[in-house]
Amino acid sequence: MKAAILVFPGSNCDRDLQVAFERAGADVTMVWHKDDALPAGTDIVGVPGGFSYGDYLRCGAIAANSPITRSLKTHVERGGYALGICNGFQILTETRILPGALLRNAGLKYICRTVPLNVRTSDSDFTRGWAAGTELQIPIAHHDGNYQADAELLRELEGEDRIAFTYNDNPNGSSGDVAGVLSANRRVLGMMPHPERAADEALGGSDGRAMFTSLMTALVSA
Amino acid sequence: MKARVHVMLKNGVLDPQGEAVRHALGSLGFEGVSGVRQGKVIDLDLAEGTSEETVREMCEKLLANTVIESYSVELI
Repeated sequence: MKAAILVFPGSNCDRDLQVAFERAGADVTMVWHKDDALPAGTDIVGVPGGFSYGDYLRCGAIAANSPITRSLKTHVERGGYALGICNGFQILTETRILPGALLRNAGLKYICRTVPLNVRTSDSDFTRGWAAGTELQIPIAHHDGNYQADAELLRELEGEDRIAFTYNDNPNGSSGDVAGVLSANRRVLGMMPHPERAADEALGGSDGRAMFTSLMTALVSA
Repeated sequence: MKARVHVMLKNGVLDPQGEAVRHALGSLGFEGVSGVRQGKVIDLDLAEGTSEETVREMCEKLLANTVIESYSVELI
């Protein structure tokens, strides 16, 4: 599996994501935002957390218009995989690769703690390592993680089984307790919680590791 | 020439920052403030002859996220 991780000015979870992919056996290349092409043969693009461009204008808005993001869009349109975590999720909604938007947390505070998540579907290469209904302990660290979806969009996401994760105890006001959503072809996942920060027992937990091993299984022959 | 763009959260999208401002006004003793919505004003210095349509395109592509925000353009 070849993974490319995008690095924007202000990204700060890029190295964590790199380690999580490498531990699962992936061949990882870091790609600077000013590059305009992804490495040949990229199977999956990781869009990491952080504060790209200082969250200016809106979280993810400037990164969504970076040169490398155009290549990301082409990659996704061709059926390529992408995983956006935290600021990465915000970037994926700003590019309209994923539906909805992320607003300031309902309680207005930055929240940094480990929260219980529910796996809502195992029908994706990101979540196949868990049974639906599994509870995971995964850290969140965000100020703008309040997922906004109107009733119609929520119905559509539920009807198509595209809600990957929900919060057990909604920390940020997200519509429908949504913590992560899949694209229609189930090959793009955006989520606010950080599975890459829960991929090593020595660093506080490994509940997120199955995401990377399950991607590896799916993409190793791709 | 200049243009001024107003960006606001759409009606129906809860504005937690506006709500916090409303509470703060109440605690300062200003009564009767039943709602506060917070938005952005963006001033653009533009080449002469730039059309309103071009500014609207800027709004659609970058200045506003039309999933949650509405915008208006004023040429000044």
